[in-house]
Amino acid sequence: MATFSTNQFKAGLKLMIDGEPCNILENEIVKPGKGQAFNRVKIRKLVSGKVLEKTFKSGESVEGADVMDTDLAYLYTDGEFWHFMNNETFEQIAADEKAVADCVKWLVEGDVCTITLWNGNPIAVLSPNFVELEITETDPGLKGDTAGTGGKPATLSTGAVVRVPLFVQIGEVIRVDTRNGEYVGRAQK
Amino acid sequence: MNWQPTATHSTLIKRAKFIAQIRAFFTSRNVLEVETPLLSRNTITDLHLDPFETHFEYAAEERLARLYLQTSPEFHMKRLLAAGSGPIFQICKAFRNEAAGTLHNPEFTMLEWYRLGFDDHQLMSELDELVQLLLNTKPALKLSYQSVFQRFIKIDPLTITLEQLKQTITTYSQDDWLQQESSRDTLLQWLFSMVIEPQLGDDITPCFVFDFPATQAALAKINQTNSQVAHRFELYFKGIELANGYFELQDSKEQQCRFISDNRQREIEGKPQRGADQFLLAALDSGLPSCAGVALGVDRLFMLAAQLPTISQALSFDISNA
Repeated sequence: MATFSTNQFKAGLKLMIDGEPCNILENEIVKPGKGQAFNRVKIRKLVSGKVLEKTFKSGESVEGADVMDTDLAYLYTDGEFWHFMNNETFEQIAADEKAVADCVKWLVEGDVCTITLWNGNPIAVLSPNFVELEITETDPGLKGDTAGTGGKPATLSTGAVVRVPLFVQIGEVIRVDTRNGEYVGRAQK
Repeated sequence: MNWQPTATHSTLIKRAKFIAQIRAFFTSRNVLEVETPLLSRNTITDLHLDPFETHFEYAAEERLARLYLQTSPEFHMKRLLAAGSGPIFQICKAFRNEAAGTLHNPEFTMLEWYRLGFDDHQLMSELDELVQLLLNTKPALKLSYQSVFQRFIKIDPLTITLEQLKQTITTYSQDDWLQQESSRDTLLQWLFSMVIEPQLGDDITPCFVFDFPATQAALAKINQTNSQVAHRFELYFKGIELANGYFELQDSKEQQCRFISDNRQREIEGKPQRGADQFLLAALDSGLPSCAGVALGVDRLFMLAAQLPTISQALSFDISNA
């Protein structure tokens, strides 16, 4: 794998740091007028998801990570693995629980997710920003209530729990923003 | 394609006034404005400074064909001083072949001036007056290099050993390379840049740091009563480095030793050697009057005066669309 000099550091570059593929989130050069320059970088470890700060002596090189993002459609889970398919080549990939992580509650059959592969193996799954899911459980609300007033919790078909307005009922399909887990509206029929 | 300037029109108006204020400050004090070459056949020997190089197609001799864009006007200005110019100032472009960033543009505007008969502390006072005028700040705080380390990190930077330094650093970072580093100065610079500098100078009070270690003297005189430190100072405001000044080294022999020692360091680090500026050495030989000089980053100072978040916004065009 190629190595990258600190001069090539920028947001989005994938590097191997402490044996783990990482994504640079921010790169800042700290250069005294006289003296050694440093790079201060904020990185996300792609397997553990941890965000941390590292410094480098400017001019040093770091090994790159063979990491790529690919868009795959979610098929099904067998309980142990979550299976995704490339809609063009029909090639399938199975991601384990660690890779799917919190995203599991937003997986909808057929939705295209972003899968991060490291040396060809899935290490992270990112669901689309918006998903549509059916409400399987919620308290019956009052007719005529229109949004506001704090709402009530509703459990969705994947097990995710979101706050919804009081008028939304069991069996209805709602649209949710997966980035903050908030109710957006009723799905268009 | 983004052809638009990186500074707004109202910023450019403010900037023009700002520069005019600087000129008026020096003119009223009878400091002569000078211009010196931006292209020079010599450059600095500093381990951590990289100049831009260019080639002159019509040089009289092949050995004179390589020219450098200046990283600062220091050498030429010292030659003027040695020739009897009296106190001088200059507002010019300086060029450094290094990465652009929030506080860095490879081409930048520098204000540099020299005062005869001043030492580093007298020059700090004058710089403080200029900054108060331009930024409406309170009188600056003055702390020695040793005391900022004692205050913020609780170590003595002048006596601490390499091993103790590595031990101290583990409090701030687990990065492996720091533990493998063999240069005390690099580790001190790391602590200074990462831990101390962001805390220097509050919202209205700039901060001078003076008496840098003799090992980071650059072109400053070594203190005669305490040879561990040099007459070098820096100015910080809102955690940003603004200026670097010296009670200037006058001794040509000592200057030559520093060039040689720089080149020795360059060799260890696998960097090409750089010839010593013979013009400067000859000028020092003939006699540089006792003086103090300082270089200040005008774009940064203006960026703070106009409360801009990046240096790009203080420039008509930054390197990205220059």
